[in-house]
Amino acid sequence: MGDPPVPAIRVEDITVAYRENPVLWDVDLEVPPGVLMAIVGPNGAGKTTLLKSILGLVRPAAGRVFIKGEPLSRQRRLIGYVPQRSSVDWDFPTTALDVVMMGRYSELGWFRRPGRRERELAMQALERVGMTDFANRQISQLSGGQQQRVFLARALVQDSEIYFLDEPFAGVDVTTEKAIVAILKELRDRGRTLLVVHHDLSTLAEYFDWVLLLNVRAIAAGPVATTATPELLAMTYGGRSAYLMNQGGAEH
Amino acid sequence: MDALGSLLSDFTVRTVMLGCALLGFTAGALGVFALLRRQSLLGDAISHAALPGVAIAFLLSGSRDPLVLVLGALASGWLGTLLVSAITRSTRLREDSALGIVLSVFFGIGLVILVIVNRLPTAGKAGLSTFLFGNASTMLTRDVWTICLLGLACLCCLALFWKEFKLISFDPQFAASTGLPERMLDTTLTTLIVLAIVIGLQAVGVVLMSALVVAPAAAARQFSDKLLNVVLLGGLFGALSGIGGAMLSASVEKLPTGPVIVVLASVLTLLAILLAPHRGLLPDWLRHLASRRRIETRRILQALYRLVESDPDPFRPHDPNALQAVGLKAARSTLAVMVDLGWVEYSGERGWVRLTAEGWEEARRSIGGELPA
Repeated sequence: MGDPPVPAIRVEDITVAYRENPVLWDVDLEVPPGVLMAIVGPNGAGKTTLLKSILGLVRPAAGRVFIKGEPLSRQRRLIGYVPQRSSVDWDFPTTALDVVMMGRYSELGWFRRPGRRERELAMQALERVGMTDFANRQISQLSGGQQQRVFLARALVQDSEIYFLDEPFAGVDVTTEKAIVAILKELRDRGRTLLVVHHDLSTLAEYFDWVLLLNVRAIAAGPVATTATPELLAMTYGGRSAYLMNQGGAEH
Repeated sequence: MDALGSLLSDFTVRTVMLGCALLGFTAGALGVFALLRRQSLLGDAISHAALPGVAIAFLLSGSRDPLVLVLGALASGWLGTLLVSAITRSTRLREDSALGIVLSVFFGIGLVILVIVNRLPTAGKAGLSTFLFGNASTMLTRDVWTICLLGLACLCCLALFWKEFKLISFDPQFAASTGLPERMLDTTLTTLIVLAIVIGLQAVGVVLMSALVVAPAAAARQFSDKLLNVVLLGGLFGALSGIGGAMLSASVEKLPTGPVIVVLASVLTLLAILLAPHRGLLPDWLRHLASRRRIETRRILQALYRLVESDPDPFRPHDPNALQAVGLKAARSTLAVMVDLGWVEYSGERGWVRLTAEGWEEARRSIGGELPA
């Protein structure tokens, strides 16, 4: 064994506050490369805020973020992002294919228009999420699950090393959920790192191999098997975790 | 027709119309972005906030040079937007309150300065009051040149940063995550919207200019689901309103241009909201009506079937009013549709109806899955 690998993501002492209320308080996190990691915690635990501060979309009051040992600004090209589906206006006049091509814009650079190559890459990504037939559909005509697939396809054309996904299973049908999980696992198996905001404890062990338990402070982080213990979950959720663990599937 | 011909051959009128067309196009095209980014109210605040800038620019320079006045308008319109975001960020007031405050305070200050300017003995002050409600006929060739220059600059900028503007309008967070300078692009796009507004102030006036930003854009959105088409159509609607307004106000004495342009744009929008093929209210209502009729015919067909289900003669005629017993009202128009479909036919002179063989089969099929009631 050599030196431990450089963590894909390292977060040091991140603190975010809105009007004197701490949303995140002194959060440290190390995500090893090649894991599929969930961030779980109760509502208002700061899951989305943590994701956004790692991506530089929220300016933290304190703390630093490193992507593969370097500041974020130098590593933008390594990251892909799937925001919450509800964060955009789906009545925007554009098509599914067009949204997916947006994932290539930064690679294209200024003043250059997406062309045939971008179109091909976008079609491939749509095929991977099973949305080929909907490429030219106006995005408001897509179901919630289809919209989420389009968002995932946009991240896929970014062809990134580290993916950030914010509640990719919120309001989607079961088929879409399974399809998305399969793609996430495939990405992980190809050595990509994924950090996913998740809210369903009942599927945690089935979908993810690493987890961060978050409730304003980082309660614990590590492999799901040793981290999502009843005691630590109780600390995170304040006693409601047993109910949450069981509400989803009978198999647990 | 003669009047129109002489209007068009008049050089001044032609110049004015060119100016109005271009300022209408710019406002309509950029208005689409204001609309999609939910900045329509900001447009109103900006145009009102530009008034003190126009007046102060005139006070300081003593000239009606369009470039000077536009610069003044730009500066104070910009100051207004900055103030709106400063108020939203640093107080607990929400954006709508901030917009309201900026709009009324700036407009008030503008009116006061305008009164002062009008009392000055300086020459050339005439025409400054037209900035309130707009008067295209006061536009000189140099005004039109300024509009053309700035309008084309706006549109070029829009074309250059097209994909970036599209992305930050649809999903600013994703744009920022890819490393695009989202704040800078946002500022640039807002500046273009401010510019599109200020070049229209002389012709349309500060009070109504925001309507020329919002109305054509809203109309255009009704017709297409492609951003490029919506923007081009918004520009076209804006230009048409501009030309129409300039023509009407030139042919009627003392008719201010701004209100006419805005009325035209609003009529266009109203028609678009009502009649646009896919998103319009009327087609939507007709589709709704058609689907209700479909359900209605289906239910009546099934009820008629139930009436004769255990009858040895399934084609015995019945009084359609008997359907009231099961809570259905067989309107004549609905029955007529069913006759057209070949499901029922009238029998005798009492207006009774009976199922046809085809209708009976259809009803049996559609009831098929259900258990008998």
